[in-house]
Amino acid sequence: MTEARWTHDGYEMVVGLEVHVELATKTKLFSASPNRFGDEPNTNIDPVTLGLPGALPVLNKYAVELAMRIGLALNCTVQPCTFARKNYFYPDMPTSYQISQYEDPLNIDGWLDLPDGTRVGIERAHMEQDAGKSTHVGGGEGRVHGAEHSLIDLNRAGVPLVEIVSRPDIRSPEQAREYVNELRAILLAIGASDAKMEEGSMRVDANVSVRRPGAELGTRCEIKNVNSVRSVGRAIEYEAKRQILMLEAGEAIRQQTRHWDEGDGRTHTLRDKEDADDYRYFLEPDLVPVAPSADWIEEVRASLPVLPAARRARLALAAGLAADSEAVGSIVDRGQDDYAFSVQAAGGDIGRAVVHMKEAFAEMGAEPVLPAADLAGLTTLEIEGKLTATQAKTVLGELLEQGGGDAAAIAAAKGFEAMDTSELEAMVDDAIAAQPDAWEKFCAGEAKAMGALVGHIMKASRGQADGKLVTQILNARK
Amino acid sequence: MSPFDSASEIAAGVRSGDLKAVDVLEQHLARIDARETEIHAFNLVIADAARQQAAAVDAIVAAGGDPGPLAGVPVALKDNMCTRGVPTTCSSKILADWKPPYDGTVVSLLQRAGAVAIGKTNLDEFAMGSSTENSAFGPTRNPLDTDLVPGGSSGGSAAAVAAGFAPLSFGSDTGGSIRQPAALCGVVGVKPTYGRVSRYGLVAFASSLDQIGPFTHTVADAALALQVVCGHDPHDSTSIAEPLPDYSALLERGVEGLRVGRITDLPAGADPDVAERIEQAFDALAAAGATIVDVEVPAFTYGLTAYYIIAPAEASSNLARYDGVRYGLRVDAPDTHAMYSATRAAGFGDEVKRRILLGTYALSAGYYDAYYGKALRIRRLMADDFAKAYAQADVLLTPSSPSVAFPFGSKTADPFAMYLCDTYTIPANLTGEPGMSVPFGTGQNDLPVGVQVLAPALGEPVMLQVAAELERAATDLTAGGAS
Amino acid sequence: MSDRLTNDVVVKVAHLARLDLTPTEIERATEQLGDMLDHFADIDALDLSAVAPMNQPLPFVNVMRDDVVQPCLDRDEVLDAAPEAEDGRFRVPPIIGSGA
Repeated sequence: MTEARWTHDGYEMVVGLEVHVELATKTKLFSASPNRFGDEPNTNIDPVTLGLPGALPVLNKYAVELAMRIGLALNCTVQPCTFARKNYFYPDMPTSYQISQYEDPLNIDGWLDLPDGTRVGIERAHMEQDAGKSTHVGGGEGRVHGAEHSLIDLNRAGVPLVEIVSRPDIRSPEQAREYVNELRAILLAIGASDAKMEEGSMRVDANVSVRRPGAELGTRCEIKNVNSVRSVGRAIEYEAKRQILMLEAGEAIRQQTRHWDEGDGRTHTLRDKEDADDYRYFLEPDLVPVAPSADWIEEVRASLPVLPAARRARLALAAGLAADSEAVGSIVDRGQDDYAFSVQAAGGDIGRAVVHMKEAFAEMGAEPVLPAADLAGLTTLEIEGKLTATQAKTVLGELLEQGGGDAAAIAAAKGFEAMDTSELEAMVDDAIAAQPDAWEKFCAGEAKAMGALVGHIMKASRGQADGKLVTQILNARK
Repeated sequence: MSPFDSASEIAAGVRSGDLKAVDVLEQHLARIDARETEIHAFNLVIADAARQQAAAVDAIVAAGGDPGPLAGVPVALKDNMCTRGVPTTCSSKILADWKPPYDGTVVSLLQRAGAVAIGKTNLDEFAMGSSTENSAFGPTRNPLDTDLVPGGSSGGSAAAVAAGFAPLSFGSDTGGSIRQPAALCGVVGVKPTYGRVSRYGLVAFASSLDQIGPFTHTVADAALALQVVCGHDPHDSTSIAEPLPDYSALLERGVEGLRVGRITDLPAGADPDVAERIEQAFDALAAAGATIVDVEVPAFTYGLTAYYIIAPAEASSNLARYDGVRYGLRVDAPDTHAMYSATRAAGFGDEVKRRILLGTYALSAGYYDAYYGKALRIRRLMADDFAKAYAQADVLLTPSSPSVAFPFGSKTADPFAMYLCDTYTIPANLTGEPGMSVPFGTGQNDLPVGVQVLAPALGEPVMLQVAAELERAATDLTAGGAS
Repeated sequence: MSDRLTNDVVVKVAHLARLDLTPTEIERATEQLGDMLDHFADIDALDLSAVAPMNQPLPFVNVMRDDVVQPCLDRDEVLDAAPEAEDGRFRVPPIIGSGA
């Protein structure tokens, strides 16, 4: 469960996230060299990537399609859009301008629902090109400060990015983490990005301010270099507390860009926004506007898979669990929900299947090796009361080891002799006779009274009785 | 009329086997040897590569093949067109040693058409200027009178044709850089419709205004050249996909029934000798059966201001890539940003710096709306005004240049005086419509005057049709001994 | 824009454009750019609020290419042309310095 509210000394945090994701295209946003991570430096280069004189950008259609997928998955309006030049000098930006969307982004006004039900607004999700990679030499730990010189690899220059800008609707570190996790799950589900924070194909900047609840928005600081989901939470918590300390000390917050240092767990000033660069945006004359047709938009919308939130809801309903339960969340994250439904289709019990899969399938991908029918057989034995939960776990271990098999045969080989129902019915009779008060209360609708009856039966069976079956019989007698 | 062979004659001769491409080449190289030191049309002559290419053309003919419509035609390329492995300097110190690792689209098309590239021509640095005096490698001289400028920025390409160094050359036209030097050197120069010729491989000055076009002795040669270099290019997002017309089809048709527009509110500034020739051009077309109609283009007068905001603004961004990191000049400094400033200070000449400063200013916070934003709105007004004019006229006629060729140094002290050279050519760049200059008699000191023919977008056929009529009429002028 | 251009603005603009100018060059640029802006005053009086800006000559839309890889440039050829290269990469002086 997420902690929706975070307060500290009577302040709340107000957080918006800007997430950059690299799109899973074959080529760059504006040229035909490969978009591929991990290649030898400066091998994925062409005249456009190098910013050579005379080179001209041509937009990658598939990048637009993936950007639209992101927008539609985030409930955005897809609109006609333009590209602009953002002018600044930096050695990893070969043309000395970044082509980005400024006034008319492709996607606007969407939202993302967190598993806890919080709705985070999406202001925009726009396309832009990535910069190259600088390696700083001689400054200790590869930092830009104090480096003797730097080396530039332009393989990443021109890789297509979508920048997803949330509204400042996040109120706790936990929500921020949930937002990043949920966004990542969506990006993977729709195939827009491999969204690997450790490889930089998903990067998070956080805009953090604090205020007394209900007060006007405070001055915000932008936190850069947040490289893992864990540091998202740590960085904004640190930053919010830093701002609160300053306010309590009577100091004003200056609008700044700050750098999160994973090592010391603090944010450090990069630059003040007052001396912000003047980017001299203007429409990119080498490119023309993009106006996706209604047909194209609908085609992309129709091709979207069921998104994680809907998949969680569907699985939770079928399995009789809460949508934000850990079992449902982890199975959907692993993409195993379709498998769970095929267990059900094979006649098995999806609720029991989910319970097993949560632990036993943790290391598996979307297509577990165990045939769904075999897991179905196991859950049927359980439902029929022929195996206890503990026994079922043992049988499952065997099934996984063998890569499949007949659960009943394995149970028999293990000597698991489940009580048949007649034995259990007799025990229920004994329990009712022994605890008439509890039985009366149970029949009158006091659910709690069932505990005493079940306890009696469990004691008599030395824990071997199937609790679920006992409950069924009790309810049937009522 | 030109004493030199036309590209059409050379190509026809080489294709038929009557002429050898290698002989044609040697003839032109000999003329270069004789006068290039004096004129300085070229930054680089690639005689050996040209000899190989000419021999290859001859070999194709000998084998019974067709080397293409420009078979064996020596062609000079403005030194802002990328040529693989051959220095492409933009007449700037910042690119003095740069060899592109790729060919621009026009360069490839010319090669495929059998043309023989003979060298890279001088220009005002990064195509910024109207006299070729802004070259980092020294000015080009007008072959008609070496005390005078050839115009610019494509002065080297205009001079190369005028001097007989090549029957065909290419320049780029951002605000008149083909049409004005064509006028001053007495040759034909065409700026096609924006997007008709690929800009891929043309070193950008102002992306929304730049367009490549040919210099030739004759209108027919210009049509031939356009047929080769026009067309859609998937490497240029602003390239026009419409099919190509036959540019030569209407050249002999005359102007009977065409409406030729006279802009009544044309900005003043043309010298009397030039203005007189333009009047004669109207008369000649009327005599040939055209109807002269009066049109108004009220926004014309704001063109200069709009252009000198938009072009520098785009240039300030286009030229930001010259930072000493990946190619070109670097001046060492203790840190990267100091290296940028030192490199760019040393690598760019005064006019380029001036325009970078002006363009940066026009885009910067607090000034954008008053300058760049407003200039873009004037551009719209201009396009609307021309659209109305073209509803009444098939083509418009103006001077190409306010004056004939002028002496070196006469306009260098006042940048704005030089900018005024572009008064009549700029609107076609702002609207993207085609324009060309065709020689039409002479003005003071027997120097050539160019008439500018303007047409609506993709109106090259009618523009060439009218130019061909002016070309015929100009022959009569000379024959008739008019001043 | 009737206010005359000042040296300070030119210094700021020169920094944005990464152009090292001497004090004399700044004086001269201030003078020349100021003169040009005076010439541009012909548009000051125009009310263009109802006119849409036009940044390109042609009203093209949706020009895109397929996501297909084409051959890359040769790294050695490219790096040989660079002012300074090391270890397969372009080498630059320290990025953070007085000019940053």
